[in-house]
Amino acid sequence: MLTKSIFTRALKRSPWVFHVGTSGCNNCDIEIADCLTPRFDVERFGIKLVGSPRHADVMLISGPVSRACREVLQQAWLDMPQPRLAVMVGVCACSMGAYKDAYSVSGPPDKVLREVDPDARFVYVPGCPPKPETIVMGIVKLLGSL
Amino acid sequence: MGAIAEWVFHLLVFPGVLFSVTLGLVLVWLERKVTALVQWRKGPPLAQPFWDVVKLFGKETILPADSVPRAFLAMPLVAFAGAGVAASLVWLPLLGLAERPVGDLIVVLYLLAMPSLALILGASASGNPLAAIGASRDVKLLLGYELPFVAALLVAAFQVRDVDGAQVSAGTLSLEGILAFQQQVGSVLARPSGLLAFLAAIICVQAKLGRVPFDVAEAETEIGEGALLEYGGVGLGLFKLAHALQLATLPALLVLVFWGGLTATVWGVLAFAGKVLAIVVVVVLVENTNPRVRIDQALRFFWGPVALVALVALLAARLGY
Ligand code: SF4
Repeated sequence: MLTKSIFTRALKRSPWVFHVGTSGCNNCDIEIADCLTPRFDVERFGIKLVGSPRHADVMLISGPVSRACREVLQQAWLDMPQPRLAVMVGVCACSMGAYKDAYSVSGPPDKVLREVDPDARFVYVPGCPPKPETIVMGIVKLLGSL
Repeated sequence: MGAIAEWVFHLLVFPGVLFSVTLGLVLVWLERKVTALVQWRKGPPLAQPFWDVVKLFGKETILPADSVPRAFLAMPLVAFAGAGVAASLVWLPLLGLAERPVGDLIVVLYLLAMPSLALILGASASGNPLAAIGASRDVKLLLGYELPFVAALLVAAFQVRDVDGAQVSAGTLSLEGILAFQQQVGSVLARPSGLLAFLAAIICVQAKLGRVPFDVAEAETEIGEGALLEYGGVGLGLFKLAHALQLATLPALLVLVFWGGLTATVWGVLAFAGKVLAIVVVVVLVENTNPRVRIDQALRFFWGPVALVALVALLAARLGY
């Protein structure tokens, strides 16, 4: 119990994020990049952008999942070591937004991830695109739910 | 029995693994804090590197499908062990704790290369093409900086001084010998040859720590952390600890070999801490003000100007400058 709690506390203090753009309009990706600029300084909370899903704790997903992205997203999710969390950034990633019923998309990311991992944990950050403060808020709420 | 217990204590607690890891993680924090200040940010709290490592140790370890499991899992441990032994071998003579000499420059040099070698093997065993690129770059970088690094450190052993008309030289590769020589005639750094060698060595340390501009092996923007790519959880945590150990060892080694080591007075300790911090801050500032070089540029740089400076310093040391 004690070891579990110290690892959870450590996770809350150092969430490393990995960013996957699953074919949104790119605006959300730019807001995510904004989050990492000195102005918002997310390193204060230990948040760090990493280049490999193997190093990551939190996946930031932006955009609806296109057919081409589907398997890549699922594979990237399984590549992340447990415990793993995800943040759906933008209205597209939450509920498809403007891409609803489009021929090229295969579903919202939460459904796509639940296919391979039924216990996947998410938080939804709506907005088109959401402000950087909102994205940070989303990550904080997700960690608060642990 | 008592002697063995003492060695184990020196190796694992003070000044070995536990002490050096703590110091190294504080230096990692310093590095991130200085980077943040350069970018006008506030930066992470002091405990950040500790939490990072604790978190990594609590995560799942995944074996990549194409990996060679035994090598993949063993290499982080080899890196950590090598760096840990190197740390205690450098700190023991510095603190004057060992009754008899424990190791010399050659052993320390080999042990300090262990983390890089283990990373290369581990990356190759992970079966990932990007990690393989990172590993091949790391091999080339290792070939590049080892030659000038060794040449620069030899300057301390070969430097010839005039003491009352007699020619004196350290003439030994043992760390205690080099320290004793400096206590007798003043620091190696005070002479032109020592200064040149120190400059060459600090550039090599930059590459040894894998810092920009020589972070080609881990270039996260082009090959996604390169050699470390497939490591997650405990393996990654051990590599981070090995890196922290190196960060605690290399500046101390430079101070030992070139800058007079540590004297057991309050001022001596403060001066030593100041020197180590100065070296770390210089490394961080260089990191923050330079773009990454390509691997061919790095190799040309180390075998060209840096090796030349180190060899000239070696020659000058022999001639008494
Ligand atoms: S939510 Fe808006 S900004 Fe974000 S990807 Fe969708 S359309 Fe673009």
